[in-house]
Amino acid sequence: MFDLLTAKFEDLFYKIRNKGKLSPNDLDSALREIKLALLEADVNFKVVKEFIENVKAKATGEKILESLTPYQHVVKIVNEEIIRMLGSSSGGISFASRGPTIIMTVGLHGSGKTSSVIKLANFLKTKFQKKVSVVAADVYRPAAVLQLEDMAKNIDVDVYSENNSDPVSISVRGVELFKKSGSDVIIIDTAGRLHIDENMMDEIANIRNKTTPHQIYLVLDAMTGQEAVNIASSFNLRVGCDGIILTKLDSDTRGGAALSVYYVVKKPVKFVSNGEKIEDFDIFYPDRIASRILGKGDILTLIEKAEKVVSEKEAKRIEEKIYRNELNFEDFVAQIRSLKKMGSIDKIFSMMPIVNKSKIFKKVNLDDSHLSHIEAIINSMTEDERRKPHIINGSRKKRIAKGSGNSVSEVNKLLEQFSKTKQMLKQFSGLKGKFNLPPGNF
Amino acid sequence: MQKLIKNLSYIWNKFKNDRKSFWDELEEQMVTSDISINTASRILEEVKDYVYRENINNLEKVKSSLKQQIIEILKCNGDSKLNISSRPPTVFLIVGVNGVGKTTSIAKLANMFKKNGKKVLISAADTYRSAAVEQLQYYAEILGMDMVYHQKFSDPGAVVYDSVEKAKARGTDLVIIDTAGRMQTSYNLMEELKKIKKVICRRIDREVDEILLVMDSTTGQNARNQAELFNNSLSLTGIILTKTDSTSKGGIVITIKNDLNIPIKLVTKGEKLEDICYFDPVRFTELIFS
Repeated sequence: MFDLLTAKFEDLFYKIRNKGKLSPNDLDSALREIKLALLEADVNFKVVKEFIENVKAKATGEKILESLTPYQHVVKIVNEEIIRMLGSSSGGISFASRGPTIIMTVGLHGSGKTSSVIKLANFLKTKFQKKVSVVAADVYRPAAVLQLEDMAKNIDVDVYSENNSDPVSISVRGVELFKKSGSDVIIIDTAGRLHIDENMMDEIANIRNKTTPHQIYLVLDAMTGQEAVNIASSFNLRVGCDGIILTKLDSDTRGGAALSVYYVVKKPVKFVSNGEKIEDFDIFYPDRIASRILGKGDILTLIEKAEKVVSEKEAKRIEEKIYRNELNFEDFVAQIRSLKKMGSIDKIFSMMPIVNKSKIFKKVNLDDSHLSHIEAIINSMTEDERRKPHIINGSRKKRIAKGSGNSVSEVNKLLEQFSKTKQMLKQFSGLKGKFNLPPGNF
Repeated sequence: MQKLIKNLSYIWNKFKNDRKSFWDELEEQMVTSDISINTASRILEEVKDYVYRENINNLEKVKSSLKQQIIEILKCNGDSKLNISSRPPTVFLIVGVNGVGKTTSIAKLANMFKKNGKKVLISAADTYRSAAVEQLQYYAEILGMDMVYHQKFSDPGAVVYDSVEKAKARGTDLVIIDTAGRMQTSYNLMEELKKIKKVICRRIDREVDEILLVMDSTTGQNARNQAELFNNSLSLTGIILTKTDSTSKGGIVITIKNDLNIPIKLVTKGEKLEDICYFDPVRFTELIFS
C-alpha cells in the first residue's frame, strides 16, 4: 500500500536532496508534487488543501539553514504533518475496566466486516489471551451467519445466532448470554448498510442503545475514494464511532482514506487488515505509516512481525553471521521457513527501508511459490555445500539441479541471488546498530 | 449517484472576474468525484479550448460542452450490450476484488436473463470464501436455477469444467461463473483466473463471451489499477458498476473508459434482484449533472 505515494515522495526528495539551499521555486514545485501525489492517493480534497498550506507555512516560517539541510527540513515537516493527519496516538484497544468489553462493528456492504470481526477476535485471543465471543446480527445477506460461524469454528470462538429474528433482539440476547458465560470480549457483527439509509442507520443506533458497546468500530475499505470522509462522518454522527478498522491494505491502494478520515472526523484508525490469512491483522501505527510514505520503510512493524516467529536468540545468531559475512544456505532455508510464517514475501519487502525498492527488486521474483523451488534446491545440497556455498562448482551444480528437478541456470540464479543478499544484508546491518531482525532472503 | 459538480451556477459567477479560479474549482469538483487528475484536466482542456475559441459567455453552453466531453469518453464504439453466442452455452466470467458485490450481481444478472426466458446455470467457482457457495445457492433456489458446485477449497478450474459440460448436456443457454474475490496485485490468484479462462475457452472452443469486472462505485483512484491489472491478465470485455445508490459520484468509470477503454456495461444498486440495468452513457451523464 501507499506504493505510489512513497514512490512520488522518493522522487521528489531525490530532486531536492542534493541542493544546499531551498529556493521558493523549489518549495512550490515540491508542494505541487505533494498535492498531486496526495490527491491521486485518494486523500480528501479539503484535507490536501490544508495539508499543503500547513507545510508551506511551516517551511517558510521556520529558519531553514540552522541545523538541517533543506532536504531534511522538508522531510521533517512533511513527516510531522502526515503523522498529524493520521492522528498522533497509535491504534489498539482499551478494555472495559469491569465486565466484558462489548465491541460493535459497522460499515458499508463489502467493506470486510465479517472477516475483520474474525481477525479481531483471533488477535485479541492470541495477543491478549481473552475469551472472545461473536454475535451474528447480519440477518440480511444470504449465508452471512453461516460465513461467520464457519470462520469462527476455525479459531475456536463461540457464535450466537438466531433464525427468523431481528438484529436488535439477537444482539441483546447474544450479549446477555455471553455476559453470563464469562466472555472477556463480545463482538457484534452487523450487516453492511449505506450510510444514507435512514432505517438501517436507525437499526444500528438501536442495537447500540440496547447493548451499550464500549467500542464501536467503523470498518472501512482502504480503497475507498473521496467519499470516505462522508461515510465516516455519517456513521460517526448516527452511532458515534470510536475508531476505524482499515481493510484490504494488501492491495496496491495508496490508502489516502486513512489520511483523511482522522483529519476530518477525528477518529483514529485502530487496526489494519491486510491479507487473506486470519493473522493478517495488526494495530495501526501512524508514525510507522508516515515514515513508510516517506520511503523510510516500516521497519518497526517488520521487526515486530519477525519477533513473533523468530526467537531472539536465533535472530542474534543470524545477525552475527551477517556481520561476519558468514551467512550460509542452512540459515537461508531456516529463514525461508520463518518468512513463510510471516506472510507473503512481497509484503515483507514492502516494509523494508530501502530506497528505490522497485529498482533493486525488479530482477527478483517475489512470488511465494518461488520459495518452494528455492527450498527444493537447497534441500538437494549436501551439508557441506549448504555450510560453505563457495565450494559449489560446475559438477555439483549439475547434481543439485537434477536432484531438485530444476535447471542449472536456476541453481546459478539462486547462488547469485544469495551472494547479493549477503552483500545487501551486510549493508543493512551496518545501517542499523541493533537489528533483531531475521534477514529477508535474497 | 450524486451530482458531479455542486453549485455549478455559483462557481460560474467567478467566471467573469477570475477565470482561472473558475477552472480550478471545476477541476477540484471533478477530482472530488474520483475522476483522476489526468482525466479531469483532459476534459477541461477540451472545454476550455471550446470556450475561448468560440468566445462563450454562457453557463448552459459550458455545461453542455462538459457533458458532451464526458459522453464522448463514455460512449462505446461497438455495442455495449452483452455478447450472446450463437453457439450456446454463452459463458460469462465474473471477477473482481473482495467485497465489491460479485455474488449479488450474478444473482441479478441471472434473474435478468431468466426473465427473458433463458435457461441459466450458475457456476460456484468461489471455492475459497466461507459460505460463498451457500450464498449463491440461496439465490439459485429462489430463482429456480441450476447450479454447479464442488467441495470447499477444491479446484475452481474443475468446477468451471463441470459447469460448462453440464450446460452443454442440458442445453443451457447461459453459464454465469462466480469467482472468489482477489486483489489485483496477488500474482497467484490472478494466474488462477487465467487458468479458469483457459479451461472455458477450451470447452467452448472460442473466447469467453463476457469477462466482466465487478467494481464498487465508492472505490477511489485504485479502481483504475483494478481495471488495468485484471485487464492485463484476462482482457476484460466490460465492467459492472455496483452500489450506485451510494453517495459516491462514480467518477472512476470516466477515468477507466478514458485511460483503458474498457466499457461499462451494467449498473446495479440495492439488494433487490431487479436492481440492474444496462449502462447508458447519456443517461449517466444527465444524472451526474441533474
